[in-house]
Amino acid sequence: MTGPTSPISQDVLLGVEQLSKSFGNVRALRDISLWLPRGQITALVGDNGAGKSTLVRVLSGVHQPDHGRVTFAGQPVRFADPQAARLAGIETVHQNLALVDELTVWQNLFLNRELVRRLGPFAVLDRGAMQVKAREMLARLSVNVPPVRAKVQRLSGGQRQAVAIARAAGWGSKLVIMDEPTAALGVQETARVEELIAGLRAEGMTILLISHNFEQVLRLADRVWVLRSGALAGGRLTTETTGEELVGLVTGAIAG
Amino acid sequence: MTTDIQTEPERDERIGRPRVLERLVVRPEIGALIGAIVVFLFFSIVTDQFLTTGGVAVWLDDAATLGIMAVAVSLLMIGGEFDLSAGVMTASTALVTAIFAANVGLNLWVALLLSLLFALAVGLFNGVLVMRTGLPSFIITLGMFLALQGLNLGVTKAVTGTVQVSGVASAPGYESVGFFFASTFELFGTQFRVSILWWIAFTAVAALILVRTKPGNWIFAVGGAAQSARAVGVPLVGTKIALFMTTAFAGWLVGNINVLRFTTVQANQGIGLELQFIIGAVIGGCLLTGGFGSAVGAAVGALIFGMARQGIVFAGWDSDWFMLFLGVMLLAAVLVNNALRRRAERVRR
Ligand SMILES: Nc1ncnc2c1ncn2[C@@H]1O[C@H](COP(=O)(O)OP(=O)(O)OP(=O)(O)O)[C@@H](O)[C@H]1O
Ligand SMILES: [Mg+2]
Repeated sequence: MTGPTSPISQDVLLGVEQLSKSFGNVRALRDISLWLPRGQITALVGDNGAGKSTLVRVLSGVHQPDHGRVTFAGQPVRFADPQAARLAGIETVHQNLALVDELTVWQNLFLNRELVRRLGPFAVLDRGAMQVKAREMLARLSVNVPPVRAKVQRLSGGQRQAVAIARAAGWGSKLVIMDEPTAALGVQETARVEELIAGLRAEGMTILLISHNFEQVLRLADRVWVLRSGALAGGRLTTETTGEELVGLVTGAIAG
Repeated sequence: MTTDIQTEPERDERIGRPRVLERLVVRPEIGALIGAIVVFLFFSIVTDQFLTTGGVAVWLDDAATLGIMAVAVSLLMIGGEFDLSAGVMTASTALVTAIFAANVGLNLWVALLLSLLFALAVGLFNGVLVMRTGLPSFIITLGMFLALQGLNLGVTKAVTGTVQVSGVASAPGYESVGFFFASTFELFGTQFRVSILWWIAFTAVAALILVRTKPGNWIFAVGGAAQSARAVGVPLVGTKIALFMTTAFAGWLVGNINVLRFTTVQANQGIGLELQFIIGAVIGGCLLTGGFGSAVGAAVGALIFGMARQGIVFAGWDSDWFMLFLGVMLLAAVLVNNALRRRAERVRR
C-alpha cells in the first residue's frame, strides 16, 4: 500500500484493523485498516454510500463490528454502546446530528451530561447553570447564535449543525469525530467551524473529519484516508497529494 | 441576569425574546387547564351539589384513581410507548391481592407485596418484549391485555367457582393496610378519600422527575428521537422498560386502592379503562407520537373526567351523555392543543 508508512504505535490514538461490517447483504465495510495519528486532523473521504458513516457509527459505539479490532489510546476496545465510547473520550457529530427536536438547545447540549444540584438526597437539574454554559459553548463557534431556550425544531439547518458541533467540542475529549460537519453551513459558518476544528487541534485534540469537500480536506487535515465501496482505496499525507489524485482514488480511476 | 447580557453578544435578533403569554401557550397542559375551568364553571352553575364540599369530595374521588393511571400513562406516552394492558392490570393486581389474602389466607401486607411483584414482572415483560422485538408497544400490550383478561377470569373461576373474589375485609392485616389505601380524612367537615392524596403525591413526584431530573430528560429524548438519544448515550432500553414498570406500578396502586375499599373484585373489572387513561393523557397535552406532554396535564385531564362524570350525575342527566361529552372533550382538547402548538412554532420560527 502506498501512502503514509505504518506509524510508531505511540503516535496512534486510534487504530482500526481488518474491520468489517455488513447489513444483511450490504457489505458496508470490508477489511478496513487505518489509524488516526494523535493530535492531528485526519480526513475520511469517499463517494456516497462508501461506508464513511458506517465506520463513524462503529467507532462511536452505535454499531458493533462483525470482524476486526479497534484500539484506542493503546488499548483494544469494543464499545457496547455510545455511552461507552463517550466515556472513553470519543465525541461524535453524527451526519444526522443526533438532536432531539422537541428539546431545547441547552437540553440537547447537556443531554445525558446534565449538571445537577444536590437537594438533600435528590439530584435536581441545575437549569440556570446549564443555560449559561450553553451560551458559552455556542458563542465559541457560531456567527448566528441560536437562543439556548428555543426548541431545536425551530432552528435553521446551520444552527442545528452548530448545536451538534458545540456539543461534541465542548467536553475536552480525546477524539472528536465529525461526519460532514459543514454540509449545511453557509460561507461564514463554514469558516467559523473550520477555525474551531483548527482550534481543537491546537488544543491537542485528535479529529476525524468526514467531508466531501476536497479543498477543505487539503486545507485542514494532515492525512486523508479514501474509502471506495466499503474498502480502503488508499491513504495519503495531505502535503503529498492533490485534489485530482483524491478524486481518482474515490472514483477508482487510480487504484489504491 | 447580568450573565445573560455578557454571554449573548451575537444572539439572533430576528428570534427575539419569547413573551410571557407565548411561553404559557406552548405549555402542553394549557388546553387541559382551560377545559377544566370551563367544565368546573359549567357544573358549578347548572347543579347545586357540585360546589358543595360533599360534591367536591365525590368528583375528586372519581378523578383520583383515574388520575394516577393517566399520569403514569402520560410518562409512558411521552417516552413514545403505549400500554393497552394498563386497564386490566388494575383488576389483575386487585385479584392477586384478594386471592392471596381471602383464599390463601396470607396476611394482607404479604398479599400486597406478591401483587406488587406480579405487577412489576408484567411491566418488565412488556418492556423487554417491546425492546427486544422492536414491535410497536400497541401490539405487544394488546396481547398482554388479552392474556391478562383471560387469566383474570380463568384463575378467579378456578379458585372461587365464581367470577369475583370477596372476603378481603376479614383477612389479617386489613385494618393497617386499609388505613393506607382505603381510609378517609376529614376536611371542612367532609370525609375525603385517601386516594386523592395518593393521586396528588403521585402526580407531584412524576412531574418533578419529568421536568427536574436527568431521567426526565431521558423520557423526553427517547420518546422524541430514540436513535438520537441513544447516540448520546441515553439508556434507551432501560428508560423504556422503567416506564412500562412505572405504569404497572400505578396499576398495582390503583388496583389495591380499589380492592381495599370495596373488599370485592370482579374478574372482568378494568376492561376499557386503558383507553380512558390514554384519553386523560391526551387531553392533558400528550402527543400520540411521543416526546411531548405533561404529567400535570394528565392529572388535569383526569380531573375533567371526574368532574364531568359526577357533574352529569348531579344534574340528574342520563349517564349516556357522558360518552358524548367525552368525545367532544377529547376532540376539543386535541384541536386546541394542535392549534396552540402550530401557533407557537410559527411565532418563533
Ligand atoms: N443501518 C443500516 N442498515 C442497512 N444498510 C445500511 C445501514 N447503514 C448503512 N447502510 C448501507 O451501508 C452503505 C454505506 O453507508 P454509509 O452511510 O456508511 O455511507 P457514507 O459513506 O456515509 O455515504 P454519504 O456520503 O452519503 O453519507 C450504504 O450502502 C448504506 O445503504
Ligand atoms: Mg455518511
